Amino acid sequence: MFFTETILTADKLTKTFKLSAKQQRLEKTKNKTITAVDGLSFSVNEGEIFGLLGPNGAGKTTTLRLLATLIRPDSGDAFIKGFSIVKEPEKVRENIGFLTSDLRLEDFFTPNYLYDFFARLHNVPEEISAERKKRLFDTFGIGDFAEVKVGNLSTGMKQKASLAISLVHDPSVIIFDEPTNGLDVITAKVVTDFLKELKRNGKTVIISTHIFSLIEKVCDRVGVIINGRMAVCDTIQNVADGKSLEDSFFDIYSERVGGEV
Amino acid sequence: MKSAVFAVFKKELKRFFSDRRMVITTLLLPGLLIFVMYNFMGNAVTNMIDGGEEKYVINAVNIPKSIKMITEQEQIGFEINETDISELQAVKDSLKDGEECDACVVFPEDFDTAVSRYDSHSGEKAPEIKIYYNSSSAQSAAAYQTLISMLDMYESSMINKFDINTGNEVYDLVDNKDMTGQVFSMLLPMLLMMFLYSSCVSVVVEAIAGEKERGTIATMLVTPAKRSHIAIGKIASLSLIALLSASISTVCTIASLPALMGAESEMISGGVYGIKDYLLTALIILSTVLVMISLILIASAFASSVKEAQTYIIPIMIIVLAAGISGMFGNPPDRSALYLIPLYNSVQCMSGIFSFNINYANIVITVISNTVYTGLGIVILTRLFNSERVMFSK
Repeated sequence: MFFTETILTADKLTKTFKLSAKQQRLEKTKNKTITAVDGLSFSVNEGEIFGLLGPNGAGKTTTLRLLATLIRPDSGDAFIKGFSIVKEPEKVRENIGFLTSDLRLEDFFTPNYLYDFFARLHNVPEEISAERKKRLFDTFGIGDFAEVKVGNLSTGMKQKASLAISLVHDPSVIIFDEPTNGLDVITAKVVTDFLKELKRNGKTVIISTHIFSLIEKVCDRVGVIINGRMAVCDTIQNVADGKSLEDSFFDIYSERVGGEV
Repeated sequence: MKSAVFAVFKKELKRFFSDRRMVITTLLLPGLLIFVMYNFMGNAVTNMIDGGEEKYVINAVNIPKSIKMITEQEQIGFEINETDISELQAVKDSLKDGEECDACVVFPEDFDTAVSRYDSHSGEKAPEIKIYYNSSSAQSAAAYQTLISMLDMYESSMINKFDINTGNEVYDLVDNKDMTGQVFSMLLPMLLMMFLYSSCVSVVVEAIAGEKERGTIATMLVTPAKRSHIAIGKIASLSLIALLSASISTVCTIASLPALMGAESEMISGGVYGIKDYLLTALIILSTVLVMISLILIASAFASSVKEAQTYIIPIMIIVLAAGISGMFGNPPDRSALYLIPLYNSVQCMSGIFSFNINYANIVITVISNTVYTGLGIVILTRLFNSERVMFSK
């Protein structure tokens, strides 16, 4: 595998959140803030699939939200295709596709209408949008339910519609937060196959997950995040170091957090 | 990127007009209810004034000829049953039970002679009429009041020295224009503000707090569309829907005001206003809707659910109500500075237009200041869309 250009660089990204009194009680802490991402630096090469691996609450979703410009870092910056997430968020959004379970489609509309709506928000010319829609709808088999309101679709159908809609503008960097979460095995396979196809088409994909098999199947490199910090960032082979990725992860986790897992 | 404004505008309109339930409850039902309610209220008031077809059953003991003649007139709705004094106790019992009769009047024997002989300066006790009734029965209480009025009028007529306005001439020199101006300027600004507010609330709260609650607004925020364009698209589309809803309610109000005003109905007509008056009103309403939509959008942007948003907008409702009520008292003020106060300025301008006291300078101040406030609203809303604490609060 040979990657030349760096398409994304995260430089000491830091993000803290204020804790309410209730959250302080739940977290059993007296600290008024919690650091979700703590000086995170990593880079992603053009055309690779990069995985962020970590337990729940490690800061994976926050990192992806920072990269998608939905939230701003307290300090540090990240550059996607040379555009700063802090200074040029609109330029960044033009170049990325972002999919997370937090972003939902309006139940009232059909996938067909929503595809066209988001294509207009992304300023995609109509002819290109129509041609791309046909291709994406064929890939995900959306044609059968393209005119059914989102509210009446199954979880898998909604995920397929969301995937297609996140790609209306043919972004060069695609960011997926837990892309196979809650999906049945068939739909999950459609999604993983699609991630590989995106790579074949020269796209850069960043996914966050805590599913080891997904990382092993699709990723070229992986970054292990623990407590908001990058513990390891390397190719799968180097991180696994002759063991399974799962065993290697638990070793890294024990080393960082302390104690047996 | 202007296409983003248009895309959001079109999406909001499609969301509204494709939802039959929303169209019926927001557009058609309020207007229909206003029309039915005002006609019903008007008819009820008219019936109350006319006394309706109701006849009161009165038992009368020793009824004199003079009174009998009066009660036989058709306008007075009495059915008189002449009763002997020996039956008085039985009649009183039936009144207690609310049966058979509505009141019982007992005149002194030879009432007419006693009245004509009576000298009010003599110090003697005047002839006394006794009226028995049952105040727990609305019918009996009304019969009692009607009897009192009739007997008072009879008493006044006996010492009559002069009359006022008894001829067939028209004494009230008010014309249609003045009457309509008075009624419309007092009622319409307040009603319009209420219609505008309720129209705005029904669509706006759903469009921001509802989207936040369902997680659909973030999907829009991750596109390169400018936050300000999303805000403008929302404000423009929601204003159009609110205007349409308020216009239907206004037309229904103007159509049913004559019925509501009952006796004066013939004097009241929206036809006394010219196209210029209606255009000026439309201009004021448009600028008011923009301000209201901006205020409600901002308040509901802070809420994480529709239910929470309903609580946040209560202060706005109180301000709208207070502004609306201000139009019911006195003439619009002349001080131009007062027309910088949003909502209040709209009410006073409308009051001026409906009472034919148009002050163009104040209307210009109102429209310009409302436009500036809407611009500020867009800026604030854009900031809120950029604020992760507001947009992603749980």
